[in-house]
Amino acid sequence: MNGFWAILGRDLALARAESGGALLAVQFFALGILLFPLGLGPEPGMLSRLGGGLLAVMALLATLLALDRLFQQDHEDGTLDLLLTSPAPLWSIVLGKAVAHWLITGAPMLLAAPLLGVLLQMSWPAIGGLVVALALGTPTLSLVGAVGAALTIGTRRGGVLLALLVLPLYIPVLIFMSGTVTAAETGLAFGGHVSILGAIMLLSLVLTPWAAAVALRQVGD
Amino acid sequence: MHRFANPARFLRLSRAIQPWILAVTVPCLLAGLYLGLVESPIDYQQKDTVRIMYVHVPAAWMAMFGYSSLAIASAIGLIWKHPLADLAGKAAAPIGAGFTIIALATGSLWGKPTWGTWWVWDARLTSVVVLLFLYLGYMALWNAFEQPQRAARAASILALVGIVNLPIIKFSVDWWNTLHQPASISRIGTPAIDPAMLRPLLLMGVAYLGLFLLLLLLRMRVELAERRVMALQLARSRDGEPS
Repeated sequence: MNGFWAILGRDLALARAESGGALLAVQFFALGILLFPLGLGPEPGMLSRLGGGLLAVMALLATLLALDRLFQQDHEDGTLDLLLTSPAPLWSIVLGKAVAHWLITGAPMLLAAPLLGVLLQMSWPAIGGLVVALALGTPTLSLVGAVGAALTIGTRRGGVLLALLVLPLYIPVLIFMSGTVTAAETGLAFGGHVSILGAIMLLSLVLTPWAAAVALRQVGD
Repeated sequence: MHRFANPARFLRLSRAIQPWILAVTVPCLLAGLYLGLVESPIDYQQKDTVRIMYVHVPAAWMAMFGYSSLAIASAIGLIWKHPLADLAGKAAAPIGAGFTIIALATGSLWGKPTWGTWWVWDARLTSVVVLLFLYLGYMALWNAFEQPQRAARAASILALVGIVNLPIIKFSVDWWNTLHQPASISRIGTPAIDPAMLRPLLLMGVAYLGLFLLLLLLRMRVELAERRVMALQLARSRDGEPS
């Protein structure tokens, strides 16, 4: 696991060195949410009903923002070639990168979501459901996104292509995240949705570092 | 497996079986269309609209068959580095996407008179749209790289990730209430469909499968020819001759 901790520390240090650049994703998340009351009209009933779904969709889109730099930057400055020749298993490096990506984009969104929920006049149970859903859903988004980022290294127009590849794969997470919020809002049991979100996260925790590692090896060939 | 990695042998084989597939496909297509669109009984509720089924259902079958063969070809290409499997995946994707579009379009045309709307966000329809986007992503990834070897591997990995995700998508969207009818052919026991309707449907299924295989072989041969042209051009420019 040395590779994992080394990469995690390095990516977090790089993000800190950018001083504020790392928080662009959560700023985009908040700004995107503020566009909806302006576009849809400020009716309180409608906003509180749509709020959970809007926040879940914006979480998907904000996750995409930083993804295309996940491996691309390392590929351009040659770091990736060093990582490929390092003795640490490649999956642990990928995992470190994905966890760093989540700490930089997913975790701030998790903190910002309750505030945005209040701005959209969501009920407290719905906000609670949203936080649980985002806590279990956003790690999956970073993990699956790492596979997409590894596949699109060195492509022309990588960012748009990455969105086209990754968004269809995000659909289950979106459905169960908004399902959790709806169930929590109406007072129904949402344990089922939460369990499935957790199961999807564990499945991607096992499969995606390996798949992304296979994809990274193709770059070196 | 590697017996068929030789392009010359593949070309010989595909030329040999092509007439046989054609000999099965054309009669099945003509008979299926005639029986389905003219001869078969009308539904007591849907009237003539039911005839759309004969072009819709086999297209949906081929949409799923196409993605399965894409994933199998990708696995073979990744594991055994089989060049023709990569080629088969690349050739199969646009055909599968085409059948997916046919299934979506005919389903939508059927939905308007029957359900009263062109489109509903129901489980089955949504997962087929997602399937279409998986096809499009695969094709986009193939076109995104300069070197075909890298494109082949990246696209293969995507196809395999997609097939892990496909059942998850299916189950997740199943949580919504479904308007689309459940399967009536492949259930255990007797099919819940009249033989007079089942016969043209199965004929059309065979015809679509034949069409898929024919187009696949054709596209693979074109792809091989293109690579040969490229190799020849490369060799000629290397020899320094003016092109």
